[in-house]
Amino acid sequence: MKYIEPHAHMVSRTTDDYQAMAMAGCEIICEPAFWAGFDRSSPQGFYDYYRQLTEYEPARAQKFGIKHYCWLCINPKEAEDAGFAREVMAIIPEFMDCPTVLGIGEIGLNKNTVSELAIFEEHVAIAQKYDTPILIHTPHLEDKLKGTKLIIDALKNAQIDPSRIIIDHVEEHTAGLVLDEGFWAGMTLYPESKCTPGRAIDILENFGMENIWMNSACDWGISDPLAVAKCAVEMKKRQHSTEIVQKIIYDNPVKFLSQSKNFTA
Amino acid sequence: MPSKKDILDLYFMDSRYKLIDIAAFLDRMDRHEGEPDFRHHGFQKALEAMLQPGNKPRAQAVLEALSDHSEKPIPKATIQGAFGACRD
Repeated sequence: MKYIEPHAHMVSRTTDDYQAMAMAGCEIICEPAFWAGFDRSSPQGFYDYYRQLTEYEPARAQKFGIKHYCWLCINPKEAEDAGFAREVMAIIPEFMDCPTVLGIGEIGLNKNTVSELAIFEEHVAIAQKYDTPILIHTPHLEDKLKGTKLIIDALKNAQIDPSRIIIDHVEEHTAGLVLDEGFWAGMTLYPESKCTPGRAIDILENFGMENIWMNSACDWGISDPLAVAKCAVEMKKRQHSTEIVQKIIYDNPVKFLSQSKNFTA
Repeated sequence: MPSKKDILDLYFMDSRYKLIDIAAFLDRMDRHEGEPDFRHHGFQKALEAMLQPGNKPRAQAVLEALSDHSEKPIPKATIQGAFGACRD
Protein backbone atom coordinates (compact mmCIF):
# COMPACT_ATOMS: atom_id res chain seq x y z
CA MET A 1 0.00 0.00 0.00
CA LYS A 2 1.40 3.41 -0.96
CA TYR A 3 1.83 5.94 1.80
CA ILE A 4 3.34 9.31 2.68
CA GLU A 5 5.62 9.80 5.67
CA PRO A 6 4.74 13.42 6.44
CA HIS A 7 7.21 13.93 9.30
CA ALA A 8 10.58 12.19 9.36
CA HIS A 9 14.06 13.44 10.22
CA MET A 10 15.97 11.53 7.60
CA VAL A 11 19.24 13.40 8.20
CA SER A 12 19.42 11.23 11.32
CA ARG A 13 18.61 7.95 9.56
CA THR A 14 20.64 5.52 7.52
CA THR A 15 20.24 4.84 3.83
CA ASP A 16 18.96 1.39 4.83
CA ASP A 17 15.92 3.19 6.25
CA TYR A 18 15.17 4.80 2.89
CA GLN A 19 15.35 1.35 1.34
CA ALA A 20 13.05 -0.19 3.95
CA MET A 21 10.54 2.66 3.64
CA ALA A 22 10.49 2.36 -0.15
CA MET A 23 9.88 -1.39 0.16
CA ALA A 24 7.02 -0.69 2.60
CA GLY A 25 5.31 1.57 0.03
CA CYS A 26 6.53 5.02 1.03
CA GLU A 27 6.38 7.37 -1.96
CA ILE A 28 6.94 10.77 -0.33
CA ILE A 29 8.84 11.90 2.77
CA CYS A 30 8.49 15.37 4.32
CA GLU A 31 11.25 16.48 6.66
CA PRO A 32 10.77 19.38 9.06
CA ALA A 33 13.83 21.23 10.32
CA PHE A 34 14.52 20.22 13.92
CA TRP A 35 16.95 20.01 16.82
CA ALA A 36 20.08 17.99 16.08
CA GLY A 37 20.25 16.57 19.62
CA PHE A 38 22.66 19.35 20.54
CA ASP A 39 22.60 23.13 20.14
CA ARG A 40 24.37 24.36 17.02
CA SER A 41 27.08 26.94 17.70
CA SER A 42 26.51 29.29 14.78
CA PRO A 43 23.99 30.37 12.14
CA GLN A 44 26.40 28.87 9.59
CA GLY A 45 25.60 25.47 11.09
CA PHE A 46 21.97 26.03 10.14
CA TYR A 47 22.97 27.19 6.66
CA ASP A 48 24.70 23.85 6.12
CA TYR A 49 21.70 22.02 7.59
CA TYR A 50 19.30 23.80 5.20
CA ARG A 51 21.55 22.80 2.29
CA GLN A 52 21.42 19.21 3.54
CA LEU A 53 17.61 19.38 3.66
CA THR A 54 17.19 21.00 0.24
CA GLU A 55 19.99 19.35 -1.73
CA TYR A 56 21.44 16.19 -0.22
CA GLU A 57 18.37 14.46 1.24
CA PRO A 58 16.20 14.82 -1.90
CA ALA A 59 19.00 13.21 -3.90
CA ARG A 60 19.44 10.40 -1.34
CA ALA A 61 15.69 9.71 -1.33
CA GLN A 62 15.46 9.78 -5.10
CA LYS A 63 17.79 6.76 -5.31
CA PHE A 64 14.87 4.76 -3.88
CA GLY A 65 12.17 6.44 -5.93
CA ILE A 66 11.00 8.52 -2.98
CA LYS A 67 10.21 12.23 -3.31
CA HIS A 68 11.69 14.27 -0.47
CA TYR A 69 10.30 17.63 0.68
CA CYS A 70 11.28 19.78 3.66
CA TRP A 71 10.10 22.52 6.01
CA LEU A 72 12.47 25.22 7.28
CA CYS A 73 12.86 27.01 10.62
CA ILE A 74 14.90 27.16 13.77
CA ASN A 75 13.31 24.69 16.16
CA PRO A 76 11.94 25.86 19.52
CA LYS A 77 14.64 24.10 21.55
CA GLU A 78 17.18 26.51 20.06
CA ALA A 79 14.86 29.52 20.21
CA GLU A 80 15.56 30.40 23.83
CA ASP A 81 18.34 32.73 22.69
CA ALA A 82 16.17 35.08 20.63
CA GLY A 83 19.13 36.99 19.17
CA PHE A 84 20.69 33.79 17.87
CA ALA A 85 17.34 32.57 16.57
CA ARG A 86 16.82 35.81 14.62
CA GLU A 87 20.25 35.45 13.00
CA VAL A 88 19.23 31.97 11.84
CA MET A 89 15.81 33.14 10.67
CA ALA A 90 17.52 35.76 8.50
CA ILE A 91 18.99 32.87 6.45
CA ILE A 92 15.66 31.22 5.73
CA PRO A 93 14.50 33.52 2.86
CA GLU A 94 17.53 32.43 0.82
CA PHE A 95 16.08 28.91 0.77
CA MET A 96 12.38 29.65 0.38
CA ASP A 97 12.51 29.40 -3.42
CA CYS A 98 14.10 25.94 -3.39
CA PRO A 99 11.79 23.57 -5.29
CA THR A 100 11.31 21.10 -2.43
CA VAL A 101 10.56 23.58 0.38
CA LEU A 102 6.96 23.21 1.59
CA GLY A 103 6.82 26.01 4.13
CA ILE A 104 7.80 26.90 7.69
CA GLY A 105 8.22 24.13 10.27
CA GLU A 106 8.48 22.53 12.69
CA ILE A 107 8.09 25.68 14.68
CA GLY A 108 6.33 25.74 18.02
CA LEU A 109 7.15 25.64 21.69
CA ASN A 110 9.32 23.43 23.88
CA LYS A 111 9.28 24.72 27.47
CA ASN A 112 6.60 27.36 26.83
CA THR A 113 8.87 30.35 27.43
CA VAL A 114 8.46 34.01 26.55
CA SER A 115 11.34 33.83 24.07
CA GLU A 116 10.08 30.65 22.38
CA LEU A 117 6.69 32.26 21.92
CA ALA A 118 8.20 35.44 20.40
CA ILE A 119 10.27 33.42 17.91
CA PHE A 120 7.22 31.28 17.11
CA GLU A 121 5.23 34.40 16.24
CA GLU A 122 8.07 35.71 14.05
CA HIS A 123 8.16 32.41 12.17
CA VAL A 124 4.42 32.66 11.58
CA ALA A 125 5.03 36.11 10.09
CA ILE A 126 7.60 34.63 7.67
CA ALA A 127 5.06 32.01 6.58
CA GLN A 128 2.47 34.72 6.04
CA LYS A 129 4.94 36.79 4.02
CA TYR A 130 5.79 33.85 1.74
CA ASP A 131 2.21 32.53 1.78
CA THR A 132 3.18 29.01 2.84
CA PRO A 133 1.59 26.40 5.09
CA ILE A 134 3.01 25.84 8.58
CA LEU A 135 3.92 22.68 10.46
CA ILE A 136 3.87 23.08 14.24
CA HIS A 137 5.59 21.04 16.94
CA THR A 138 3.82 20.85 20.28
CA PRO A 139 5.85 20.39 23.46
CA HIS A 140 6.65 17.08 25.08
CA LEU A 141 4.88 15.35 27.93
CA GLU A 142 3.75 17.60 30.80
CA ASP A 143 4.30 20.73 28.69
CA LYS A 144 2.08 19.68 25.75
CA LEU A 145 -1.34 20.79 26.99
CA LYS A 146 -0.20 24.28 28.01
CA GLY A 147 1.94 24.68 24.89
CA THR A 148 -0.88 23.67 22.58
CA LYS A 149 -3.18 26.24 24.15
CA LEU A 150 -0.53 29.00 23.87
CA ILE A 151 0.11 28.09 20.23
CA ILE A 152 -3.58 28.18 19.34
CA ASP A 153 -3.98 31.56 21.06
CA ALA A 154 -0.99 32.98 19.18
CA LEU A 155 -2.33 31.72 15.84
CA LYS A 156 -5.72 33.25 16.52
CA ASN A 157 -4.02 36.56 17.28
CA ALA A 158 -2.16 36.32 13.96
CA GLN A 159 -5.50 35.85 12.18
CA ILE A 160 -4.08 33.09 10.04
CA ASP A 161 -6.15 30.55 8.11
CA PRO A 162 -6.19 27.43 10.33
CA SER A 163 -6.74 25.11 7.38
CA ARG A 164 -3.17 25.86 6.23
CA ILE A 165 -1.64 24.84 9.56
CA ILE A 166 -0.96 21.38 10.93
CA ILE A 167 -0.40 21.12 14.67
CA ASP A 168 1.61 17.98 15.26
CA HIS A 169 2.16 15.46 18.04
CA VAL A 170 -1.44 15.64 19.26
CA GLU A 171 -2.61 13.14 21.86
CA GLU A 172 -5.95 12.42 23.48
CA HIS A 173 -5.91 15.64 25.55
CA THR A 174 -5.01 17.98 22.67
CA ALA A 175 -6.55 16.49 19.51
CA GLY A 176 -9.96 18.03 20.18
CA LEU A 177 -8.49 21.47 20.97
CA VAL A 178 -6.70 21.48 17.61
CA LEU A 179 -9.41 20.05 15.37
CA ASP A 180 -12.24 22.07 16.91
CA GLU A 181 -10.42 25.30 15.94
CA GLY A 182 -10.13 24.21 12.29
CA PHE A 183 -6.46 23.27 12.30
CA TRP A 184 -5.09 20.03 10.92
CA ALA A 185 -3.78 17.56 13.48
CA GLY A 186 -0.76 15.26 13.25
CA MET A 187 -0.38 12.15 15.39
CA THR A 188 3.12 10.88 16.02
CA LEU A 189 3.82 7.18 16.44
CA TYR A 190 6.82 7.34 18.74
CA PRO A 191 7.87 5.02 21.56
CA GLU A 192 7.29 6.08 25.18
CA SER A 193 6.64 9.79 24.68
CA LYS A 194 3.88 9.93 22.07
CA CYS A 195 1.20 7.66 20.52
CA THR A 196 1.15 3.92 20.10
CA PRO A 197 -0.60 2.63 16.97
CA GLY A 198 -3.54 1.49 19.11
CA ARG A 199 -3.98 4.95 20.63
CA ALA A 200 -3.61 6.71 17.30
CA ILE A 201 -6.41 4.60 15.88
CA ASP A 202 -8.51 5.36 18.98
CA ILE A 203 -8.02 9.08 18.25
CA LEU A 204 -9.14 8.55 14.65
CA GLU A 205 -12.22 6.67 15.82
CA ASN A 206 -13.07 9.33 18.41
CA PHE A 207 -12.28 12.48 16.44
CA GLY A 208 -12.93 11.39 12.85
CA MET A 209 -10.90 10.86 9.72
CA GLU A 210 -10.83 14.45 8.44
CA ASN A 211 -7.92 16.89 8.67
CA ILE A 212 -5.61 14.43 10.39
CA TRP A 213 -2.54 12.41 9.50
CA MET A 214 -0.05 10.15 11.22
CA ASN A 215 3.73 10.16 11.12
CA SER A 216 6.72 8.46 12.68
CA ALA A 217 8.84 11.56 13.41
CA CYS A 218 11.75 9.11 13.22
CA ASP A 219 14.97 10.82 14.23
CA TRP A 220 18.17 10.14 16.17
CA GLY A 221 16.23 8.72 19.13
CA ILE A 222 14.75 5.25 19.45
CA SER A 223 12.06 5.52 16.79
CA ASP A 224 10.67 3.57 13.88
CA PRO A 225 10.78 4.83 10.28
CA LEU A 226 8.20 2.17 9.37
CA ALA A 227 5.73 3.24 12.07
CA VAL A 228 3.15 4.57 9.60
CA ALA A 229 3.16 1.38 7.55
CA LYS A 230 2.85 -0.70 10.73
CA CYS A 231 -0.05 1.43 11.96
CA ALA A 232 -1.78 0.91 8.61
CA VAL A 233 -1.60 -2.83 9.27
CA GLU A 234 -3.03 -2.25 12.75
CA MET A 235 -5.89 -0.24 11.22
CA LYS A 236 -6.74 -3.25 9.10
CA LYS A 237 -6.71 -5.45 12.21
CA ARG A 238 -9.20 -2.98 13.68
CA GLN A 239 -11.40 -3.62 10.62
CA HIS A 240 -10.92 -0.26 8.94
CA SER A 241 -11.44 -0.46 5.20
CA THR A 242 -8.64 -0.17 2.69
CA GLU A 243 -10.18 3.12 1.57
CA ILE A 244 -10.06 4.61 5.06
CA VAL A 245 -6.49 3.44 5.62
CA GLN A 246 -5.50 4.96 2.29
CA LYS A 247 -7.23 8.21 3.24
CA ILE A 248 -5.26 8.53 6.46
CA ILE A 249 -1.83 7.54 5.17
CA TYR A 250 -1.96 9.03 1.68
CA ASP A 251 -5.00 11.09 0.69
CA ASN A 252 -5.11 13.32 3.77
CA PRO A 253 -1.40 14.20 3.57
CA VAL A 254 -1.82 14.98 -0.15
CA LYS A 255 -4.78 17.25 0.64
CA PHE A 256 -2.89 19.26 3.26
CA LEU A 257 0.48 19.35 1.50
CA SER A 258 -1.08 20.42 -1.81
CA GLN A 259 -1.57 23.80 -0.18
CA SER A 260 2.16 24.30 -0.75
CA LYS A 261 2.95 25.53 -4.27
CA ASN A 262 5.94 23.19 -4.48
CA PHE A 263 4.15 19.96 -3.61
CA THR A 264 3.10 17.42 -6.19
CA ALA A 265 2.04 13.86 -5.32
CA MET B 1 -16.30 -2.03 13.64
CA PRO B 2 -14.77 -4.66 15.91
CA SER B 3 -16.78 -6.06 18.83
CA LYS B 4 -15.64 -5.97 22.46
CA LYS B 5 -14.44 -9.55 22.02
CA ASP B 6 -12.45 -8.53 18.95
CA ILE B 7 -10.81 -5.77 21.00
CA LEU B 8 -10.02 -8.27 23.75
CA ASP B 9 -8.51 -10.61 21.17
CA LEU B 10 -6.35 -7.79 19.85
CA TYR B 11 -5.30 -6.02 23.04
CA PHE B 12 -5.99 -8.06 26.19
CA MET B 13 -2.61 -9.81 26.44
CA ASP B 14 -0.69 -6.63 25.65
CA SER B 15 -2.68 -4.62 28.21
CA ARG B 16 -2.36 -7.41 30.82
CA TYR B 17 1.40 -7.33 30.35
CA LYS B 18 1.50 -3.54 30.76
CA LEU B 19 -0.79 -3.63 33.82
CA ILE B 20 1.44 -6.14 35.60
CA ASP B 21 4.46 -4.02 34.71
CA ILE B 22 2.82 -1.00 36.38
CA ALA B 23 2.06 -3.09 39.49
CA ALA B 24 5.66 -4.30 39.59
CA PHE B 25 6.92 -0.73 39.19
CA LEU B 26 4.84 0.38 42.19
CA ASP B 27 6.10 -2.59 44.23
CA ARG B 28 9.66 -1.68 43.24
CA MET B 29 9.13 1.89 44.41
CA ASP B 30 7.83 0.58 47.76
CA ARG B 31 10.74 -1.80 48.19
CA HIS B 32 13.58 0.61 47.56
CA GLU B 33 14.91 3.23 49.94
CA GLY B 34 14.90 7.02 49.74
CA GLU B 35 12.25 9.61 49.04
CA PRO B 36 10.35 9.72 45.74
CA ASP B 37 10.15 12.97 43.81
CA PHE B 38 7.21 14.71 42.13
CA ARG B 39 7.02 12.05 39.41
CA HIS B 40 5.78 9.47 41.89
CA HIS B 41 3.03 11.75 43.09
CA GLY B 42 2.14 12.54 39.48
CA PHE B 43 1.92 8.83 38.73
CA GLN B 44 -0.40 8.29 41.69
CA LYS B 45 -2.60 11.16 40.55
CA ALA B 46 -2.71 9.69 37.05
CA LEU B 47 -3.73 6.28 38.40
CA GLU B 48 -6.58 7.92 40.32
CA ALA B 49 -7.59 9.80 37.18
CA MET B 50 -7.70 6.54 35.25
CA LEU B 51 -9.94 4.90 37.84
CA GLN B 52 -12.16 7.95 38.31
CA PRO B 53 -12.03 9.93 35.05
CA GLY B 54 -15.35 11.69 35.59
CA ASN B 55 -16.93 12.49 32.24
CA LYS B 56 -13.64 12.32 30.31
CA PRO B 57 -12.14 9.39 28.45
CA ARG B 58 -9.54 7.68 30.67
CA ALA B 59 -6.55 8.37 28.42
CA GLN B 60 -7.39 12.08 28.34
CA ALA B 61 -7.87 12.15 32.13
CA VAL B 62 -4.48 10.48 32.68
CA LEU B 63 -2.70 12.86 30.31
CA GLU B 64 -4.32 15.87 31.96
CA ALA B 65 -3.34 14.60 35.42
CA LEU B 66 0.27 14.55 34.22
CA SER B 67 0.09 18.01 32.59
CA ASP B 68 1.14 21.51 33.59
CA HIS B 69 -2.08 23.51 33.94
CA SER B 70 -0.51 26.95 34.30
CA GLU B 71 -1.45 29.44 31.58
CA LYS B 72 1.32 32.02 31.19
CA PRO B 73 4.63 31.50 29.36
CA ILE B 74 7.53 31.07 31.79
CA PRO B 75 10.28 33.73 31.75
CA LYS B 76 13.11 31.38 30.80
CA ALA B 77 13.79 27.69 30.23
CA THR B 78 16.02 26.02 32.82
CA ILE B 79 16.14 22.68 30.99
CA GLN B 80 15.43 21.56 27.43
CA GLY B 81 13.74 18.24 28.24
CA ALA B 82 10.59 17.18 30.06
CA PHE B 83 9.96 14.81 32.96
CA GLY B 84 6.55 13.35 32.12
CA ALA B 85 4.86 14.72 35.22
CA CYS B 86 4.34 18.23 36.48
CA ARG B 87 6.07 19.54 39.63
CA ASP B 88 3.57 20.22 42.38
